[in-house]
Amino acid sequence: MINDQDKHWLYRSTSLPKLWVIQVFILVIALVPEFFLHHHPNFQDQGILIDASVGFTAWYGFLSCAAMVVTAKILGIFLKRKDSYYDE
Amino acid sequence: MEFNFPPGLILVLGAMALPFLKGKILQALIVLLPVVTLALVWWIPNDNTAVISFLDYQLSPVNSTPTGRLFATIFCIMAFAGGIYAMGQVKILELVAAYVYAGSAIGVTFCGDLISLFIFWEMMAIGSTMVLWAEGSQSAYRASFRYLIIHLLGGMVLMAGIILHVHTTGSTEFSAMQPDNIASILVLAGFLVNAGAPPLSAWIADAYPEASPSGMVFLSAFTTKTAVYALLVGFPGATILIYIGLYMVFYGIIYALLENDMRRILAYSIVNQVGFMVCAIGIGTELALNGAAAHAFAHIIYKALLLMSAGSVLMMTGKRKCTDLGGLFQSMPQTAINGIIGALAISAFPFTSGFVTKSLETAAAASQGMVLVWFLLIAASAGVFLHAGIKFPWFVFFQKDSGQRPPDPPRNMRFSMWGFSFLCIAIGLFPGPLYRLLPYPVEYQPYTASHLVTQFQLLLFAGFAFFVMLPLMKRTLTISLDFDWFYRRFLYIVAREFTIKTSDARTRIEDTIHQHAARFIKRLYRHHGPHGILARTWPSGGMVLWVAIMLAGILLTSALL
Repeated sequence: MINDQDKHWLYRSTSLPKLWVIQVFILVIALVPEFFLHHHPNFQDQGILIDASVGFTAWYGFLSCAAMVVTAKILGIFLKRKDSYYDE
Repeated sequence: MEFNFPPGLILVLGAMALPFLKGKILQALIVLLPVVTLALVWWIPNDNTAVISFLDYQLSPVNSTPTGRLFATIFCIMAFAGGIYAMGQVKILELVAAYVYAGSAIGVTFCGDLISLFIFWEMMAIGSTMVLWAEGSQSAYRASFRYLIIHLLGGMVLMAGIILHVHTTGSTEFSAMQPDNIASILVLAGFLVNAGAPPLSAWIADAYPEASPSGMVFLSAFTTKTAVYALLVGFPGATILIYIGLYMVFYGIIYALLENDMRRILAYSIVNQVGFMVCAIGIGTELALNGAAAHAFAHIIYKALLLMSAGSVLMMTGKRKCTDLGGLFQSMPQTAINGIIGALAISAFPFTSGFVTKSLETAAAASQGMVLVWFLLIAASAGVFLHAGIKFPWFVFFQKDSGQRPPDPPRNMRFSMWGFSFLCIAIGLFPGPLYRLLPYPVEYQPYTASHLVTQFQLLLFAGFAFFVMLPLMKRTLTISLDFDWFYRRFLYIVAREFTIKTSDARTRIEDTIHQHAARFIKRLYRHHGPHGILARTWPSGGMVLWVAIMLAGILLTSALL
């Protein structure tokens, strides 16, 4: 086992919490402009305003990705085979 | 002046000279051929329509259009960078095949008629199969055959469509059609096979990752994007393409998320990206068609960059599975940086080429009031970051430390990676020149505060979802079943059963025939053999008795009558 100090900074066990803090900090910064900026709804004439609501792309991006990961996981139960499946 | 030499043929014919050259002259020719081709592409005046008579038909293989020129330009750039990347590392057969392949793709972009289009189309199939063959391994050889079968099948469908079309309309001209009759539906199906559309999408992830590191860089660029070009010219606004495109977009994401082989992840990602373009072609407005063309242009560059990065890793480590990789940023920093730039560009990060091109397509969906299409495309844009933008660099260059410390690849490979990274960012920062090359005038401004902010949020939160859900994405030593199961397993089993059953039946029939023949011979022997009743010498006493009986019979009958 390599000593924690000999590893690259990214792989040290003490770095992981810091990396999460940095990530959350970046996410918060990305949301700051929502206080100043108003988005134009794309489908106003159809009565749809959700795409211009505060933080829409943030939660929509997160949730759609979560949904895709879960869908892939479920489909994987049926579709996954050992990678030597086609070898003869 | 009319010009009737297809510029793509410079690459095709020039490639034939490569095996006879060595050293500096060989290298010079590898670099020069795409440059000369590009010069000719731009030298031919717009609306050049040289007509050649062939049998009863009029062919126009040098028909210069803005859309064709845009695709020809990026194909030349691709052949140039690919040639430099491949130089020195690969067998000369691969380079010859790759240049024939690239030249034929350029040939397609200049075709004004369906017959010459078909000829270049089939030359591409042969060239690309040879690129796969050149890898030399048994698995590449098998994959190349499956690949060739699919493409010959697609070619047959296309040819049937073209023949019907020419027969019913009397015209060979390649122009916009609607899929409302059998002829054009067959042509559309032929194009879609090459685009990687369902149900035959599996050929991309099956065949391409079996090629050599540089082979897959070439393969990723031409076949699918020539199909995009053909759809763009032949079927703009065909509504069915919207749904086919959306299916491809999500198919690519889901399969890439399940995949463990780094280059197969990128292969599925090709289907995903082409799906965006196919969807935009289905929308069919000027903005949408501009989007599809621009996206194809940018996509060729960043997908090739990603595959150059993955190819460098494959070459230096000999490993291709995410489960065997990780931590490579420490010893391959240049490969990692270029891979990350490609990943940011494919994810349409602001200030990269993806941002200024893909947004034309989503804007087109919005401007047409297509609510569902827009919401799905935005979700898919987040999904691109998930399956290619983070997954590829994360599992290859970071995740766990695999302990491997290979160096960066040779200079020529690094050079072509940096070149394409430069283009990804240059197009992102200054989209003007690319916009001016597009088929229609562009009045789109990608850099608005709202667009920048929403795109950052979309991607950063998609990235957040990736890391939150990382435990769910633990890599496994698996592949995923796809439609190719039908021809790699189901038909194989059917064929095997058929062989066993027919050979059983044959044995049974043979046995029965043998038995009958044996019985016949035995019977013949019993009656006619040395001891057979018909072969015996009959005693003369017996003969006298028979004569006496006959005599008695005659006397009796004559007495009675």
